[in-house]
Amino acid sequence: MTSLDAEQRVEVALTVNGLPRAATVPSRRLLSDFLRHDLRLPGTHVGCEHGVCGACTVLLDGEPVRACLMFAASARGHEITTVEGLSEPDGALSPVQQAFRECHGLQCGFCTSGFLTTATAYLEENPAPTRDEVVEAISGNLCRCTGYQNIVASVLRAAELRRERAAGQAS
Amino acid sequence: MTTRLFGAPVPRSEDARLLTGGGRYLDDLGHDAAAVAFVRSPHAHARIVDVDVTDALDVEGLLAVYTYEDLEGALAEPLPLLIPHPSIVAGRTAHALASGVVHHVGEPVVMVVASDRYVAEDVCDRIRVEYDVLPAVVGVRNARDATHLAHADVPGNVAAHLVQEVGDARAAIDAAPHVLELELDIERSACTPLEGRGVYARWDADESRLRLWSSTQTTTGVRAAVAAKLELPLSAVDCTAPDVGGGFGVKIMHPWPEEVLVPWAARRLDRELKWTEDRREHFVSSAHERAQVQQVRVGFDDAGRLLGLDVRFWHDNGAYLPYGVIVPIITSTQLLGPYKPGAYRVEFDSLYTNTVIVTPYRGAGRPQGVFAMERTMDAIADHLGRDRVAVREANFIGPDEMPYDQQMTFQDGRPLVYDSGDFPATMAKLKDLVGWDEFAAYREQARAEGRRVGIGVACYVEGTGVGPYEGGHVQVETSGKVVVATGLTTQGQGHETVFAQIVADELGVPFEDVTVTTGDTRRMPYSVGTFASRAAVMSGNAVGLAARNVRTKALRIAGDALEADPQDLEIVDGQVRVKGNPSVGLPLSTVAVLSNPLRYAFDKASQAATQFVVGDPDSPPVAEDDEPGLEGRDFYSPPQSTYANGMHAVVVETDPETAEIRILRYCVVHDCGNVVNPMIVEGQIHGGVAQGVGGALYERMAYDEDGQLLNASFMDFLMPYATEVPATVEIDHLETPSPLNPLGIKGAGEAGVIPGAAAFASAIEDAEGFRISAMPISPSELFALRARFAAGDIPAVRTAPRPEGTS
Repeated sequence: MTSLDAEQRVEVALTVNGLPRAATVPSRRLLSDFLRHDLRLPGTHVGCEHGVCGACTVLLDGEPVRACLMFAASARGHEITTVEGLSEPDGALSPVQQAFRECHGLQCGFCTSGFLTTATAYLEENPAPTRDEVVEAISGNLCRCTGYQNIVASVLRAAELRRERAAGQAS
Repeated sequence: MTTRLFGAPVPRSEDARLLTGGGRYLDDLGHDAAAVAFVRSPHAHARIVDVDVTDALDVEGLLAVYTYEDLEGALAEPLPLLIPHPSIVAGRTAHALASGVVHHVGEPVVMVVASDRYVAEDVCDRIRVEYDVLPAVVGVRNARDATHLAHADVPGNVAAHLVQEVGDARAAIDAAPHVLELELDIERSACTPLEGRGVYARWDADESRLRLWSSTQTTTGVRAAVAAKLELPLSAVDCTAPDVGGGFGVKIMHPWPEEVLVPWAARRLDRELKWTEDRREHFVSSAHERAQVQQVRVGFDDAGRLLGLDVRFWHDNGAYLPYGVIVPIITSTQLLGPYKPGAYRVEFDSLYTNTVIVTPYRGAGRPQGVFAMERTMDAIADHLGRDRVAVREANFIGPDEMPYDQQMTFQDGRPLVYDSGDFPATMAKLKDLVGWDEFAAYREQARAEGRRVGIGVACYVEGTGVGPYEGGHVQVETSGKVVVATGLTTQGQGHETVFAQIVADELGVPFEDVTVTTGDTRRMPYSVGTFASRAAVMSGNAVGLAARNVRTKALRIAGDALEADPQDLEIVDGQVRVKGNPSVGLPLSTVAVLSNPLRYAFDKASQAATQFVVGDPDSPPVAEDDEPGLEGRDFYSPPQSTYANGMHAVVVETDPETAEIRILRYCVVHDCGNVVNPMIVEGQIHGGVAQGVGGALYERMAYDEDGQLLNASFMDFLMPYATEVPATVEIDHLETPSPLNPLGIKGAGEAGVIPGAAAFASAIEDAEGFRISAMPISPSELFALRARFAAGDIPAVRTAPRPEGTS
């Protein structure tokens, strides 16, 4: 083999943050690179390229997945939510985003997207977690800045904010 | 009067951006740039025999392949030895691409440029490098033994040798009633920010200018180094740090080979180029720290007071010495902590090994120094049967002895003089916080239940805010918005927020109107960088001084316009007004227009300004000693470092069967002078404590004897997750303002990590009843120590002091 010009290219059509998107990319293109560089949504960060740090976590049909461990082609036809798609339709911060701001749940911000997506999905599943449950829920994400104290506090606060907003909408 | 922002837990300005995917880190820039990748040495020590690129040349998308032979001029010379020191006897630095011999796994040998990273790595895979493998030197003891040499021309592997002595320590020890000796070990760890390094360069051929972005802790340093290496005028290079995903020290090192190679090739190819470090590259080609072997000999009296302290240590500096001997100098000086050592002698060798270079990692040599001193304090307490805290208190420098001269030379070349601190008060707070006096009963109760618990304590003093200087620039725009620039860089410390707090207070404007830029040489070309817990001290005071200048100028111009004495004016909420008569005044935006006698009414602010007359009509519109614009610049340059301090206590439980080590409590008392933003300071402490936990219990660089790093991934290098850190970090503050700077602040960035290893060693020793001499410690190592203790190979320590007065 002397050249890669025969490299297979595939069309990837999917929904990202509620919008239909499509691009033709090499079949080996990772979902993380596809989102960041082909769709120009660089909020999804890559911290280890081997699925351990969790910074690249996005939601695939609502479930957290590691975008660095998936090919873009594997996401064809699915719905992806990245950090750019977490805010409310009116642009306001989501409860999880708001809670991280209130509780100083981020410092450099690099791992933050992965914590936000992970926590968003988790609170859908368990809207009223205990502290221990929160620790367990985020125990697959690495942060080197915060020591996790304020991240745990942020997720607990996010659960409160979700309830407050739900109550506000109901009344 | 507006509420003072200084001291308030103001939410961070940067968060709105970072929480919504709006941050822009290095790899988020230059989507269309060509990609750079490197062929790196797979051997720790080897001669390069041949580089064969034949198979790579027809890969579609390949743009260029470079080896050392392609480098020219200054770029072909070794990279700089950034911080020279008289103690350096054999300074060796790498070439940007390896020349002849590689000295560690991961050293760059071939540079590849291709259409994207995937293709660049395909090319790297097809390049064949033939090596003649040489014996590798790995580990401090092997380096010291010098059976093999890491560099053929460096005898004994010794890069630097330094002795500092105050008094005659050896004579004092020989004459002391009690003498102890300790041998201690600390392993390698690393900063490991979640974002690795990265460089993006654009060459503008029309203007002959270089635009450079680096994930760095010093843009001014990178700019100057790149200009020198590329033989460009400094004025033709601009360098910016975008959002940076953590640093912790590794990104203060510069220039990295990639920082000079990427812009060099960008100019040569006339294409924008980007290199983004991957995680494996970060492990094997960025910096590590911490590894030392220490021997302590101490003489003391019956109260545990130090009479003489003699410390000999060997420091692993890795394959090259680009950052000089900052780390071992800090170890040798900051080892003294809050204590009066009596006579003190310290001697170190900094040794080459065929492993990744060693440059400062948060704490920068202090965790090792504190480990040596605090292990010594515990050993003295054990020897005398005295309480560990009482022994420490017997040696504290008193608050009435400040400023206290340790008669040593610190890493900045300045005298080691502590400016402030109240160590007895700090310890009293810590004892209260953790319940020190009640712990013996708790330990006995736990033992009766078959549980092993222990408490440990460790103290440190940290020289922060080292010079030489930082600058601040503050400008009020005609919109009334205030833009602030300082040259040092940000990696998550919240500088956009804390510097805005300081400026908003000084100037009397709403916090929301202040925007801060850091790390952009176009905005502030004079700066040193972010390291040594210096940002808040240095740039905080610099922007404060600059804002004060702007305020003075605003009052002068407004006084002229309002025909009032500037001393009768105040600025509140962005309005200059007459004290006691707030209805008379004008907005700062108008003052900004008046400050620039341009006289074009291009917006509402300038229209409003035309109603005022300022200046003497017979004089030039801009006076001789004045400048147009409502802006000010100033620099803060301290005579010496300011010394923060703190004390940590940790309570652990060790599993009697599995030797698992569990953290029950972690308590911190911290004195960083006046606190600008307590929320941010506590966040810094939390993060430091987590890194201390990592350094004590989990993190080590597992090199094999051939110099292969066996755990170069996040699968195998164990950084704490949320499940490994204390459930709560209990914090109490003491604020003894620094007398050295206008804001009275001391640095806080590194503190949390410094006493971690020492405190854990103390606590595990207390739980187990035998001496702990090496860190980090894993459950399997603790398990092995128990077996050795049972066999009588290691001595027992008493876990409870004898009642005072008995012996």
